[in-house]
Amino acid sequence: MWAYVARRVLAIVPVMGVVAVVVFMLLHLSPGDPAAIIAGDQATSEDIAAIREKLGLDRPLALQFVGWVGRLLVGDLGSSIFMNRPVLMLIGERVEPTIALALATMVFAICLAIPMGVVAAWKAGSWIDQLIMTFAVLAFSLPVFLIGYGLVYGFALQWDLLPVQGFVSLRDDPRGFVTHLVMPTMTLGLVYTALLARMTRGTMLEILNEDYVRTARAKGLGRTRVLVIHALKNASVPIVTTIGIGVALLIGGVVVTESVFAIPGVGRLTIDAVLQRDYPVIQGVILVVSGIYVLINLVIDLTYSVLDPRIRY
Amino acid sequence: MARILDVTVEPARAAAIRRTRPADAGRILRQRPLMVLGGAILLAIGLLALLAPWIAPHDPTELNVIDRLRPPGGDYWLGTDAYGRDMLSRILYGGRVSLFVGVSVALLSTVIGLAIGVVAGYYRLADAIVMRFMDGLMAIPGILLAIALMALTKASLEVVVIAITIPEIPRVVRLVRAVVLSIREQTYVHAAITVGTRFHRLMLRHVLPNTVAPLVVQATYICASAVLIEAYLSFLGVGTPPEIPSWGNIIADGRLYVQIAFWQVLFPGVFLALMVLSINVLGDGLRDLLDPRLARRM
Repeated sequence: MWAYVARRVLAIVPVMGVVAVVVFMLLHLSPGDPAAIIAGDQATSEDIAAIREKLGLDRPLALQFVGWVGRLLVGDLGSSIFMNRPVLMLIGERVEPTIALALATMVFAICLAIPMGVVAAWKAGSWIDQLIMTFAVLAFSLPVFLIGYGLVYGFALQWDLLPVQGFVSLRDDPRGFVTHLVMPTMTLGLVYTALLARMTRGTMLEILNEDYVRTARAKGLGRTRVLVIHALKNASVPIVTTIGIGVALLIGGVVVTESVFAIPGVGRLTIDAVLQRDYPVIQGVILVVSGIYVLINLVIDLTYSVLDPRIRY
Repeated sequence: MARILDVTVEPARAAAIRRTRPADAGRILRQRPLMVLGGAILLAIGLLALLAPWIAPHDPTELNVIDRLRPPGGDYWLGTDAYGRDMLSRILYGGRVSLFVGVSVALLSTVIGLAIGVVAGYYRLADAIVMRFMDGLMAIPGILLAIALMALTKASLEVVVIAITIPEIPRVVRLVRAVVLSIREQTYVHAAITVGTRFHRLMLRHVLPNTVAPLVVQATYICASAVLIEAYLSFLGVGTPPEIPSWGNIIADGRLYVQIAFWQVLFPGVFLALMVLSINVLGDGLRDLLDPRLARRM
């Protein structure tokens, strides 16, 4: 057990190491002088020299990397070039809307997708299965902004039920927090629901063909009991793994959704940073987001190894 | 990954399949109306995009302030934008961008992924290093990596293609590597190695044919996702340069006028959705066709 946990935890070290190298190289792979790119078109050579010195770009590459990783390990992600404030603090200020949207979307999608996938698998081939699968293919191909602006047009502009855009902090106004989150959650949730419903159906189909499900049916257990206790419980490992891997897709969707609804989250921060070529912020966001993504998947794996001893071997 | 082996076809059987192909093709098309529909829609959008310079009623960049924000109808079938530019012409030209990005990313990521995957699957030492690197690359959410790559240099269509291609490569590498690893253990490959077959011949004769089917399916999905990501990047303002009419750019321009001129978001959005949907449906069809066992899982 502990050997497995240790192995699994150690396995993220090389992964994050590669992420760090990629993120570090982002700045140095750009054709031309990174300091000049950051400084922009109107910069004088003194400006460029100042930026070069500030970022330590005048030192050897290996030395820069070692120094940078060393600071990362003590939690120093550097400072924004344009706002002159620590990157970690900037991310911290923007994290509430992003996490709220991501969590709400996940809950929305899971509540919708799992019943849909189970029903579709159980009634495989029927009209209801075809309906659900048609929805899944359709929703997976719909661009986030088409759903988003469609909802805005209906719920906000025509019927005036929900606010058009923006975000309200939970602490300031819990009601506003919820109403502002409804449309973004539905927008992003549809795409994620499509992915999960498809996966749930596929896994359930396989498991419904297993001998123990036939046995459970043969001994006269009720429909719900067979579906939930025998089938869904065993299908949960691949389903939850998909949820974990799907977080990468979710993060991409969050960035676009934040833009549609003018939510001041981490996505907005990233886009602004790219437009200003504020490399420390871009690097910091990628490191933190990838780190969280890797950690989520680590926690999912470890939880399952505790709940399901088969995985440890 | 053993299921990928199902597409392995002995030479004699391959010849037999080739002979019966015309009849098979007809049956396949009748049995999969959705796939045919997807292919037809894709073909239509592709043709409209390719023929844009000849069929577009207006110049997509021509400003016409008197006719700004015209609703669909009359001289402007799909209306005009805030600068009086014809939406239909802009959408037709925008299709060229999507088509170019989708096809380029699919081709590039497949070719690069194939090369890396073959080397990783064949040489143990390279395998360890390459796969570590791919695992790390996959830990960075794709769109985020593409956005960051866009910051590297001045935006252009080529940079967009590269920024979308890089995050797609690891998935192709994994797929190819898995095929190579399983093929290596086949008796006929052992036999081929024993009689002294050279590396490149081994790859060409035995390994590559087995990767074709799964790669075609994968490339289709990559194409769909690349079209979508290009639109997302452009919409966010970090993709195709704003002076080029692409669907994402048109929507980004139109978002300010959603309330009074919804067609600026709706029409390019519908074209985008139709294109992505038809590519995905085509991909599902190809997957069922080329690898029936895989089909049941999804």
